[in-house]
Amino acid sequence: MSNNSVNRRDFLRYAGLSGTAFVLGINHSSAHVETLHAEKTLHATSVPFNFTPYIIIENTGKITLFNSKPEIGQGTFQSIPALIAEELELSPEQYSVKQTGGESKFGPAQFSGGSFSVRSSYNDLRKAGASAREMLITAASKQWNVAVSECYAKEAKVYHKPSGKSLTYGELAETASTLEVPKNPTLKDAKDFNILGKSVKRQDVPLKVSGKAVFGIDAELPNMVYASVEHCPVFGAKLKDFDKTAAMKVAGVEQVLEVERVFGVYKATGVAVIAKNYWAALKGRKALKVNWDFQGNDNFSSQAYTQTLHELAKKEGVIDSNVGDFEKSFGESTKKVEAFYETPFVSHSPMEAMNCTAHWKENNTLEIWTSTQVPSDVMRDIPTRFGLKADDVTLHTAFSGGGFGRRLAIDFIIEAVNLAKALKKPVKMVWTREDDTQLGPFRPPTFSALKGAIAEDGKLVALQHKVISPTIMSFLNPNNDKTKLDGSMTEGISHQAYEIPNMKNLFVYADIHIPMFWWRSVTSSTLAFSHECFIDELAHAAGKDPMAFRLAMLTKDSDTKRVLNKLKEVSNWDTPLPKGKGRGVAQWEFFAGLGGHVVEVTKLSNNAVKIDKVYAVIDLGTVVNPDTVKAQVEGGIVMGITAAIKNGITFAEGKVEQSNFHDNPVLRISEVPQIEVHILAEAATAGGGKNIKGVGEPGLPPVAPALANAIFAATGIRVRKMPFDIEKLS
Amino acid sequence: MKYSLNINNQKVQVEAEPDTPMLWVIRDYVGLKGTKFGCGMGLCGACTIHLDGQAIRSCQTPISSVKATSKIATIEGISTNIDHVVQKAWIEEQVPQCGYCQSGQIMSAVALLKSNPNPSDEDIDNYMSGNICRCGTYVRIRKAIHLAANELKLEKSKSKTVKATR
Repeated sequence: MSNNSVNRRDFLRYAGLSGTAFVLGINHSSAHVETLHAEKTLHATSVPFNFTPYIIIENTGKITLFNSKPEIGQGTFQSIPALIAEELELSPEQYSVKQTGGESKFGPAQFSGGSFSVRSSYNDLRKAGASAREMLITAASKQWNVAVSECYAKEAKVYHKPSGKSLTYGELAETASTLEVPKNPTLKDAKDFNILGKSVKRQDVPLKVSGKAVFGIDAELPNMVYASVEHCPVFGAKLKDFDKTAAMKVAGVEQVLEVERVFGVYKATGVAVIAKNYWAALKGRKALKVNWDFQGNDNFSSQAYTQTLHELAKKEGVIDSNVGDFEKSFGESTKKVEAFYETPFVSHSPMEAMNCTAHWKENNTLEIWTSTQVPSDVMRDIPTRFGLKADDVTLHTAFSGGGFGRRLAIDFIIEAVNLAKALKKPVKMVWTREDDTQLGPFRPPTFSALKGAIAEDGKLVALQHKVISPTIMSFLNPNNDKTKLDGSMTEGISHQAYEIPNMKNLFVYADIHIPMFWWRSVTSSTLAFSHECFIDELAHAAGKDPMAFRLAMLTKDSDTKRVLNKLKEVSNWDTPLPKGKGRGVAQWEFFAGLGGHVVEVTKLSNNAVKIDKVYAVIDLGTVVNPDTVKAQVEGGIVMGITAAIKNGITFAEGKVEQSNFHDNPVLRISEVPQIEVHILAEAATAGGGKNIKGVGEPGLPPVAPALANAIFAATGIRVRKMPFDIEKLS
Repeated sequence: MKYSLNINNQKVQVEAEPDTPMLWVIRDYVGLKGTKFGCGMGLCGACTIHLDGQAIRSCQTPISSVKATSKIATIEGISTNIDHVVQKAWIEEQVPQCGYCQSGQIMSAVALLKSNPNPSDEDIDNYMSGNICRCGTYVRIRKAIHLAANELKLEKSKSKTVKATR
């Protein structure tokens, strides 16, 4: 793209300036810093010196830090380089940030997912920054012939304390890069942090308020053509034949060809219209006549599938966890509660629909421009799949216009590369909003059969959560064993901190042919709803306050107990609300972290409420940017409310019934309640960097159950099925 | 067909089919990529631009409907140094997450403040309801619009003071 180009004048100025750059890197297998190799650079804007692949200091003083965790809105463009910058003593305006493209030198974990980015980088990247700092200080001490202890780094310079003299990093870069890399550099004390832990302004924000941020869809190349692909709306269908006569008559249409989309084990052939401009491609696509063989899959409907899942609930299932003796305790109890919960399919619907630009060149090299959460996966998959060497594939990772898990899949990238290979010229394939809504992969629906028993003293003594659902793994792993537990589909239900003496959780596998995938907070986004609503049902059956009932099951110290106590305090839980209002609480701990919410609603009529306010508490170990954390929790709440109260995806005759934002709506500004976010960072004291929790997802799971529990408190209506219409509750 | 357009005070000649939406004209013919494709049905507001000062959805506006004398403004045209009062407020409140919808949000907000310099929360909700943000930055959008409105008020009172002292 344009920012990579060197104009002619620059080229002339720099062409003579070639030099040797010293490349040092993090060895990801042993996590220590070592010298990798030296390489020649040509036509560089100046002479760069790489301290690790993540740091380049040029002799002009320009400093570039690399971000290996794609920016999808979660703030990694700031938070990841900040880990290096803090230890390297740089302030945010002293360096620019570049996104990596799955190159092997940046390691195998170039992805944004699982609320994992900061957690997995916190120690390694700080070490990389500290090593470079120590090398720069040593270089200065050598140049001045003074003791290292008399020197310190600050604001991209090394100072000599006694004399006050200084050298810039640019002046020191060459000497420093020849020094041995310290294996155990000294990390800064948290009390000396200038960037970490502070609400530093994000470097991507000015780009995003001025239209300058480059997303995948903004890629533009000379002689580029545009593609729109007609996919079969029925999943599991085969392409019979197509008539392109009318399509070819549309002005601007150049070609019509078959193209394969691959998502894990799911494969489907579509018909691509290639045109000089995107509008012509769209018009050509409308003019296509395509015949599909539905393979009998046109009889699939959500209604029938709901029945199937209800039938499957009668099966025993496989054991997720078994503590104490559930059967005995439940059998002996006099106060029993049973309930059944349902959740729908949902789409990710990021604002930037799936798209990819690819150029398969005459010399069999390939260049890809796209918005993806997984540069490493792209570079692991594409070269092998297409019989190319990794070195012959270049990936440009752009800003993502939303991810939410959808861009962990590379189906649309494979599809665009298939087109590029056939066309041998740059092609930009853009899905329409309708494609994005209807083609999946979708979040799987989970159904839950729950049983609980209350003891004489009002405590929960026996709990069973049986999950009935299709699995994501059956699409990702062709050898998936359907008779075994898929723990990702029972995520979190056996790992809440509640002390329950007898608990037996189960999983029943359900077959499906429709592609399923991870969606922000994965299965916790549905199971927290059934689990935490059922806990509320049990609290009411026991005649206890829902907050007190939960805290009574948390006698030992735990992160969950801390979160609930904080929620109780900030929401003024013990102060009764005015008549006609209600509040509900829920928490959820899972692989990504831990959060809890209290939701307040106002009863508008017997069966309608308005959401007034959400109090949120997120439990973290170490906080890199508090403002980003708050933004992520705010966003998680909005997305969680959408999934709770908007209609989701349904199927009839094998096809998705929704198509665009009018019938697959997301929350709009007028529907958003007040949101108050509190960050707990006490876990930090438990072990510097060891107990870091994730940020992007934990704000989402507790929203739906806290809202449903608030609805019960305000109206007496117990909601057991997502989505629910808060204006017409039943 | 050949069309002449005035985009961000620059005259542009474009050859396109008459039914081509301004969204694709602006992005792929003129090369201004700040205006975004979101839904293609006027439902999400990601493609919002100004036509003679009014916020419109460029995906629903064919090039043939735009007069050569009309003034079109896109996100690239509202300031040269990212210093429009609304942009500054967006930075101050750190509104964007993924940022994809924000060009459209800002173009709507600029038009709102032009017609209503001091909007209430309800005014903001009504006017901005056509702009979807999947990341859920709505709470901050409200705050940023209030901040921009306050800044405008301050600027106005300052310029009044200058006039009065003259």
